[in-house]
Amino acid sequence: MTDKPTNPALRESATFGRDVIAEIQRAAETGIYDIRGWGAKRKVPHFDDLLFLGASMSRYPLEGYREKCGTDVTLGTRYAKKPIVIDTPVTIAGMSFGALSAQAKEALGRGASEVGTSTTTGDGGMTAEERGQSSKLVYQYLPSRYGMNPDDLRKADAIEVVLGQGAKPGGGGMLLGQKISDRVAQMRNLPMGIDQRSACRHPDWTGPDDLAIKIAELREITDWQVPIYIKVGATRTYYDVKLAVKAGADVVVLDGMQGGTAATQDVFIEHVGIPIMAAIPQAAQALQEMGVHREVQLIVSGGIRNGADVAKAIALGADAVAIGTAALIALGDNHPRFEAEYQKLGSAAGYYDDFQEGKCPAGISTQDPELSMRLDPVAAGKRLANYLRVITLEAQTLARACGKSHLHNLEPEDLVALNIEAAAMARVPLAGTNWVPGQQF
Amino acid sequence: MKTYDLSNNSLRELNQALHDSVLLASEPEWRITNPNGAHNIACGLNDDVSVDIDGHAGYYCAGMNQKASITVHGNVGVGVAENMMSGLVHVKGDASQSAGATAQGGLLIVEGNASARCGISMKGVDIVVKGNIGPMSAFMGQSGCLVVCGDAGEALGDSLYEAHIYVKGEVTSLGADCVEKEMRQEHLDELSDLLKRADIDTDPSAFKRYGSARQLYNFKVDNASAY
Repeated sequence: MTDKPTNPALRESATFGRDVIAEIQRAAETGIYDIRGWGAKRKVPHFDDLLFLGASMSRYPLEGYREKCGTDVTLGTRYAKKPIVIDTPVTIAGMSFGALSAQAKEALGRGASEVGTSTTTGDGGMTAEERGQSSKLVYQYLPSRYGMNPDDLRKADAIEVVLGQGAKPGGGGMLLGQKISDRVAQMRNLPMGIDQRSACRHPDWTGPDDLAIKIAELREITDWQVPIYIKVGATRTYYDVKLAVKAGADVVVLDGMQGGTAATQDVFIEHVGIPIMAAIPQAAQALQEMGVHREVQLIVSGGIRNGADVAKAIALGADAVAIGTAALIALGDNHPRFEAEYQKLGSAAGYYDDFQEGKCPAGISTQDPELSMRLDPVAAGKRLANYLRVITLEAQTLARACGKSHLHNLEPEDLVALNIEAAAMARVPLAGTNWVPGQQF
Repeated sequence: MKTYDLSNNSLRELNQALHDSVLLASEPEWRITNPNGAHNIACGLNDDVSVDIDGHAGYYCAGMNQKASITVHGNVGVGVAENMMSGLVHVKGDASQSAGATAQGGLLIVEGNASARCGISMKGVDIVVKGNIGPMSAFMGQSGCLVVCGDAGEALGDSLYEAHIYVKGEVTSLGADCVEKEMRQEHLDELSDLLKRADIDTDPSAFKRYGSARQLYNFKVDNASAY
């Protein structure tokens, strides 16, 4: 894209901006819609539009560096014999071996384990590296069932039944042939080099009543030992959460539209689903009405970047958060040291999202042996652990400022919104007022 | 033989016992009476044992079976032998939808008919149905064999990968990228073996073979109308 022209008389269309024009031209030349990774890039109402009301006269703060502020979370207390206890409320979201290199999966496990949190498999099964390096591993149960087997199911610390993800609620997936290496093909029982299509619907159940029986089956197979999560993309969240609870979930995982993907149509990423900030209050309301808030835990994801996001998500009603894109960035994705190579791929550090091509210079979203070797799982895992510690400390800082001795004591009353949209979505007052749009007083 | 009456005992206790390798070493043969259509009977087995279910079973009977031989003397609900890894599941009656879904190994025999989505996303299992099968069967079937001695419903083998399909009767319609293929000797041998294992005496040469045209293996915009 060329820089903005210097002639001040030239006027760019707000409707047909240069990015829009470029996409029309690309579509006209190729005849194919744009597929890419990452999550929604458009600006949507987000946690930046919320502020905490720190303590002063009417609230009593905790001493920032001396008084304890708990961060532990227990997941799966409803039915599982062995709930998961994590030391920080930040977990690692499901990302597949296939979409990611084995080194990246190992690094995610190492980083998560170092700080006492969980990581999650993805579409394609469980790798030995990932299981070996993850002290707490959540095994995803997806429509494709690629790599699904009862031995790995019994090795899992929790099972996550995936109905959808925030980047593409209602959509399946496609791992393009260039990433179907011999090992990936073997795990998924597919020929090498073909596009691997992931179905959007589970093959052996339809609807929440069937899902309840399916969950009972998974519990029977695992002798009711481990928690069972249900993951949904954020859309009709209030109803989806109620149905998930009815179906027997121990934990509901809610992924907003900012959540990442390995490969999806751009039009899908940008135009389906709702922001996570708008979804959390709906989920919390559903759980509260059913009398299971905090008994059925809520994990939220989609655009979590820092401790403020973590604290705000929890204040709105979540028990924990999950990170995907941020975790990959911590490993080394989009790092400026690869700038020259990003340029060769037609991108730039900070912009690279063609995860589907398998050419990731950082060795993360690739199956190329040479590129994958660039990622040192030990060093990358350390970076992830550092990052997880930082955002946990940040969340604690904000909670203490609000007078909370545990992150879970944060509540909507601690928040205000900077604009009307955020106030309406988050269901907190517009700053300086007691006005919550859409609610009666 | 150990007999377990489901009308007087819980499913949980039954499945827990069937997961107990020490117990199963001394009690390798089980008979389950009065199943009354209960869901999730004998799922997650992982030992070389024999289980007979006297009556109808509900959803996910013998789900994720490994090694065990399970015979249902009745009909089964949705997802019988779903994701089976090995062993044998033999249904004497009819099977509801998604029989053998995503199963990776073993043999599933259905003496009666199987409903829609039989063998959906099959990943290595062999399925033999003596009667008819419903629509959308073997959808996205990756590997293994589906043998149908009767007729097949609409959209057979839609988006098929490398699963082999043999049908003796009529096929209402084929799904996207599924085509009739030449029946070579290797296929006759494969089919004969499966029919023999299912104890079916019929002429393999009376079957037709269907497989993937492999035109949808890599996304091409020219194929957009097929999706």
